[in-house]
Amino acid sequence: MFSATRSLAARSIRSRVLPVRSAARAFSSSHACRSESSTLNSLDTFTDEEQMLRESVKRFATEVVGPKVREMDEKESMDPAIIKGLFEQGLMGIETSADHGGSESSFTSAIIAIEELAKIDPSVSVMCDVHNTLVNTIFRKYATKEQQDEFLPQLSESKLGSFCLSEPASGSDAFALQTRAKKDGDHWIINGSKMWITNSYEAEIFLIFANVDPSKGYKGITCFVATKDMGIEIAKKEEKLGIRASSTCTLNFDDLKVPAANVIGGEGNGYKIAIEILNEGRIGIAAQMLGLAQGAFDKAVPYTYTRSQFGQPVGTFQGMAFQIAQAAIEIESARLLTYNAARRKEEGKSFTKEAAMAKYWASVIAQRVSGQAIEWAGGVGFTRETGIEKFWRDSKIGAIYEGTSNIQLQTIARFIQKEYS
Amino acid sequence: MRPSAARLLNILVPIKRAVDYSVKIRVNPQQTGIDLNVKHSMNPFDEIAVEEAVRIRERLKDAVKSIKVVTIGPSKSAETLRTALAMGADSAIHVEIPDSAPPPEPLGIAKALRAVIERQKEGVDLVILGKQAIDDDAGQTGQMLAGLMGWAQATFASKVEVNTADKVANVTREIDGGLEELKCQLPLVVTTDLRLNEPRYASLPNIMKAKKKPIEKLSATDLGVDLTPRLETLKVTEPPKRVGGGKVENVDELIAKLKEAGITAVKA
Repeated sequence: MFSATRSLAARSIRSRVLPVRSAARAFSSSHACRSESSTLNSLDTFTDEEQMLRESVKRFATEVVGPKVREMDEKESMDPAIIKGLFEQGLMGIETSADHGGSESSFTSAIIAIEELAKIDPSVSVMCDVHNTLVNTIFRKYATKEQQDEFLPQLSESKLGSFCLSEPASGSDAFALQTRAKKDGDHWIINGSKMWITNSYEAEIFLIFANVDPSKGYKGITCFVATKDMGIEIAKKEEKLGIRASSTCTLNFDDLKVPAANVIGGEGNGYKIAIEILNEGRIGIAAQMLGLAQGAFDKAVPYTYTRSQFGQPVGTFQGMAFQIAQAAIEIESARLLTYNAARRKEEGKSFTKEAAMAKYWASVIAQRVSGQAIEWAGGVGFTRETGIEKFWRDSKIGAIYEGTSNIQLQTIARFIQKEYS
Repeated sequence: MRPSAARLLNILVPIKRAVDYSVKIRVNPQQTGIDLNVKHSMNPFDEIAVEEAVRIRERLKDAVKSIKVVTIGPSKSAETLRTALAMGADSAIHVEIPDSAPPPEPLGIAKALRAVIERQKEGVDLVILGKQAIDDDAGQTGQMLAGLMGWAQATFASKVEVNTADKVANVTREIDGGLEELKCQLPLVVTTDLRLNEPRYASLPNIMKAKKKPIEKLSATDLGVDLTPRLETLKVTEPPKRVGGGKVENVDELIAKLKEAGITAVKA
């Protein structure tokens, strides 16, 4: 009971001490109605740069990615031209500093890019998300200057990154991972397998979590960076229900030799890195699911106003209109959860609970809205040609990866228990 | 004797913030215009103009000294300037008019542009504009500006090649009969046509760089220009709804129907 008020007080003190939001927004002149004295804005306030980025990514997604979506899904393969396009647009180093070839933008900018890409293709969106919020951020936060100087420019300019934590026997129970790393002079020898690894087919830089000392349990888990040419074997590529263009492969490490200098964040800190990074990555997935829901909605709803039955557009029947309104409410709620979690992170506030809520809820409504979108479009919604059904197939993974829905609920429940008991 | 160095090119690109092409236009209830509470963006032909300026710089490199963009519009037009800066322009000029002011007309714009050009200490060698704005489809500003300045003009350009050494530009124009090639002396006004180029997307690093590029603010009074419109819009209505046609069985019936409709040229 008392802890609740204490934590509430702590939070409000922190927000009063915090000055005007991040420097990027200090330059903003986005909404003319913002008064000089107040720094409180509605949750859908963005800087000029963030808005320009949204427009730019929207156009890129619509014009460059859009025409290729169906083909990539049917072929289960990511078009290299799209990967190149993302790099050229500066979307693969969104938060990375300019010194390292990045765009030096805000975390929210990354979230915006992920959302806009997902409105057109959630597969392309997740590729950009993993690369930015997991791989790039690990280098930015935990790597030494030498490691940053070596890898960040490559990650900003041309090389795709991959985050390798899960294994055949460890998903939610990540720290039960079996991959081992043994010291051998000035090298580590890594043996084991990773499974369900996004981007793995096209990636060249891999962040691998392996245990250097199983006797220490999860405290032996260490993060290593390896490049493809060190001998990483890309084994089975999964054939999936959705986000089929996003490569999901099994990786095998057979006496993989990695220089000692490639340990990120120090020996035994891997578990900490993984927990903290997945926290942020959660907001990225929330953005992907949000974009997915919006994309499905944007495809189906206009159709309901042109398709007429019984003498009127089907979208104007009250039953349909009510469903459409409810879906819009669900999307808006997910949007506010996602962007508020992103801003909390930018402001240095705690955001674990909010990120879990955003990811959980966005994946739930993404499934609901995309499923409804198919029904609103009727028979045509069921065909692959219109691309509406793809959103529904793509949405299923939202409840599974980067922390299953049950794990999210558990996380949230723990916070509530701490607050209320 | 050493030949004088080719003068470095100063390019000016006027741009306009107009209703976005994808918006479904609706006439306002007063029938005085269209509903302007919709998405706006840079006039597509102006995007092509900015893109062409940036491409000229990519081709001629240091021979291009500056690319300035200018807009004459209300406060929101600044967004459009930022997009142009993010595409590669160096600096911008915002001739700000009050939000409540009526939209300026081509002649007013041309006069304002002339004043802007005359203020440029380094001069302007090339003005690239969109051939028309998609809101009024006037297609007059470029031509009027050239007339006011006494400059050469090459409109509806589908290809532009600048030769700074000889101070000329070869421009291919799209005309009704096909293509026309003109050799024009600088200074020159060029208006862009659709096929000139495909504008780039503003990449994120360039969007961030654009934040630091300068925007000069001016007013119509600073320029000594009167932007009062000379035209009064009396009424705006939607085009009449298309009514369905009918099917006929044979040519005789077709002729009979045409005669009925009053088409006297039809002979049985």
